[in-house]
Amino acid sequence: MTEAENGIVKKTLANGLTIRLKEIRTTPLISSWIWYRVGSRNEKPGTTGISHWVEHMQFKGTPTYPGGMLDRAIARDGGVWNAMTWVDWTAYYETLPSDRLDLALKLEADRMVNSVFDPDDVESERTVIISERQGHENEPTNRLGEEIQAMSFRVHSYHHGVIGDMVDLETISRDDLYNHYREYYTPSNALLAIAGDFDTETVLEKIQDYFGEIASSPKPDFKSREEPQQKGERRVTLEGPGTTPFVEVVYHAPPGDHPDFMVLSVLDSVLSGASSVGLSGGGISNKTSRLYRRLVEGELAAAVSGSLAATIDPFVYSIRATVRGDGDPDKVQRILDEEIDRLLQTKVDSSEIAKAIKQARALFAYGSESTTNVALWLGFSEMFATYEWFETYLERVAEVNSEQVMEIARKYLQPSNRVLGIYRPTEGNSSG
Amino acid sequence: MVKKNLALPTLELKTLPGPDTIRRVELKNGITILVRENFSSPSVVVSGYIMGGSLEEPAEKAGLSEFMVSALMRGTKTRSFQEIYESIESIGATLSIGSGKHSSAYFGKSLAEDLDLILQLLSDVLRNPAFPEDQFDRLMAEKLTSLAIRDQNTGARAHLAFNELAYDGHPYGQPGDGFPETIRELAVKDLRAIHQKLIGPQGMVIVVVGGVSVDVVLDLVESIFADWQNAEQAVINPLPSLSPLEGIQRHEIKLEGKSQSDVVLGVPGPSRYEPDYLAAVLGNNILGRFGMMGRIGDSVRVKSGLAYYAASSLAGGPGPGAWRVVAGVNPENVEKAIDLIITEIREFLENGVTEEEITDNQANFIGSLPRQLESNEGVAGAIVHIERYGLGLDYYRRYPGLVAEITRDQIHTIANKFLDTENLAIGIAGP
Repeated sequence: MTEAENGIVKKTLANGLTIRLKEIRTTPLISSWIWYRVGSRNEKPGTTGISHWVEHMQFKGTPTYPGGMLDRAIARDGGVWNAMTWVDWTAYYETLPSDRLDLALKLEADRMVNSVFDPDDVESERTVIISERQGHENEPTNRLGEEIQAMSFRVHSYHHGVIGDMVDLETISRDDLYNHYREYYTPSNALLAIAGDFDTETVLEKIQDYFGEIASSPKPDFKSREEPQQKGERRVTLEGPGTTPFVEVVYHAPPGDHPDFMVLSVLDSVLSGASSVGLSGGGISNKTSRLYRRLVEGELAAAVSGSLAATIDPFVYSIRATVRGDGDPDKVQRILDEEIDRLLQTKVDSSEIAKAIKQARALFAYGSESTTNVALWLGFSEMFATYEWFETYLERVAEVNSEQVMEIARKYLQPSNRVLGIYRPTEGNSSG
Repeated sequence: MVKKNLALPTLELKTLPGPDTIRRVELKNGITILVRENFSSPSVVVSGYIMGGSLEEPAEKAGLSEFMVSALMRGTKTRSFQEIYESIESIGATLSIGSGKHSSAYFGKSLAEDLDLILQLLSDVLRNPAFPEDQFDRLMAEKLTSLAIRDQNTGARAHLAFNELAYDGHPYGQPGDGFPETIRELAVKDLRAIHQKLIGPQGMVIVVVGGVSVDVVLDLVESIFADWQNAEQAVINPLPSLSPLEGIQRHEIKLEGKSQSDVVLGVPGPSRYEPDYLAAVLGNNILGRFGMMGRIGDSVRVKSGLAYYAASSLAGGPGPGAWRVVAGVNPENVEKAIDLIITEIREFLENGVTEEEITDNQANFIGSLPRQLESNEGVAGAIVHIERYGLGLDYYRRYPGLVAEITRDQIHTIANKFLDTENLAIGIAGP
């Protein structure tokens, strides 16, 4: 019998593929996720956006499963599949009726090594990805976010967005893509996580059958370039059509596995409202958060939100406000600064901390309910920490206190540690 | 007779929601309660609707009912705005209410232990809103900001243009969130008047799914909602008839500073009450959804690389909701993409679908059920749907059989009844 620790089975195949399994026998479904430790963090100028593009190419087919056949096979079984690329990782998942697990395993093992990258497909996908980027560019908040991210990271590869720079999307070649794929899509750089209605022993045998023969190769030789400490506030202004200004402030933040991360997430709940730490599960409204009360009830902004991502290297904590048409972005920034100052000067009331902890408990429960989400957490947590990070999440949130929140505010929320961005609309018109 | 098709997935029907696992109770004041227990979940979902929506507002007050519904949670006779949200957010719960054309839908979620509070709040905001002046002014500014953002959004503008053309002179042509000029003219008294007219127990549906027992839920809902009466609740007006589209109606909107164009193309489609509605849904899946967005996605995205997305949808609903295709394309490729989409629709109308496509899509519909009905939200949504359209508590048990019965001829007939490449509305917004 395979030993399970808290219901989680952990294995590593001889070729280096890491495996995480969790049986859930309540619904006849399985969700299978394969995670590769590659994202925009692993990219260099000239080929930015290449990880995301490789993800697109992984749907274009192998000799065994030509393009379109996989779509059909998954959909035909009533399943859903998709993929996502983030700064640190690329993940592919299939959620299917439990008797169809073989299909997921077979196709993921196949496209780990056999994707074709046909030159014609590369060209047609180039325009699809350029179109995806153009869709992003249509939103002023995306354009502002891109400027702020670039200004936040002068050295580290978090400098550029996952979608990549247009100049690179126009020039990346088929060989660039294929080489990137071969370098990073290896068993030792991957983690396979499955949750659902299955028998562990049987599934381990299947995994061995499908993935065990894939040749091992050394882990990719990648070292990220450390971002030097920022010494002074940086500012960026973006102009464009419209009548709605936006203000976004980002602070350099600790990585996901740092002890400060959890305290900062409680601070975020107090300041801008609770949000789910994971990739899904949704959030709740933030109308009792400090920033909502000052900015929205103060009749300066129409909305405000915060976001903190769990990453491998230090990333950012960002706060964004949608300024009302009759509001003033500079005033929004001043009020935001007053609220940050308050965190630096005065301890947060214990009732606010208690609220943040209860919110975390509820969001955690919502985010762990579906088979797909359980499988997601099995792998996602391992991309920036370990599964223990997820298992001890609620305990660690419950330990956060007012003193720690003040200490973390003083450590990270200093003006010298931030980039301030403002989108100033130029009253562009529409016609037609 | 059910067509025997051994290639289709078989489901354990008893695991699907049915008459033995959904309790349905009607209160004397017109409220219908439906409950399904799920003790494998620590949470509970409350979902449902109240009859009446934006169709009941005059054109010069476009956006009124949505505004009123947004204002419900801004303060009641006994709770301030902050008290309402403090009680929800402090327990990690959520409660929201939104307005549609025909009804106002609400959704709440909490840990199972907090169901009482969610129901109490829902009742209070529906029955006793105070519409405080300061909150009204604030909401007005927030709505105007949203409309200013909408004005710069290519997707939203293309949809608005499409709706104006496809539903010329019909209330479906009006946006639910109104226009800056109609919103600016609203006053608190308008909100009070439409609240009195629309928000009442007659026709209200309350669905509760999650880790709370049926008896506890029924006792709670009855104790909170059974005494609600609204003698002035209006009878909903029948929908006016719709003039047919004549020729290709096209409206192109220029927005400065944009990189991509959005295209919305289609026709008014079948209502959910259309006898062969399910055949239309299956046909639409083949046309623009299955796998990577069906035939249209295959042509526009996969083969031609013209768009990040190009897919079709069928709105359904109680009236002639749109059957439309949406695509986000490079501005230079707009005409090419429209040509490809129209070619695919024409092919779909003239030559129909293949037996293989039907079987694939039937399998997709049947096989997806367990996934769609896995979460409390999914089950609650399904129960709301069967109650809204009178499909019967055994609908999801019959569903695999209904899907398996659909034929090529049915799809061909219903597609040709609604879709027509000579008479289309096309909305475009881009640089």
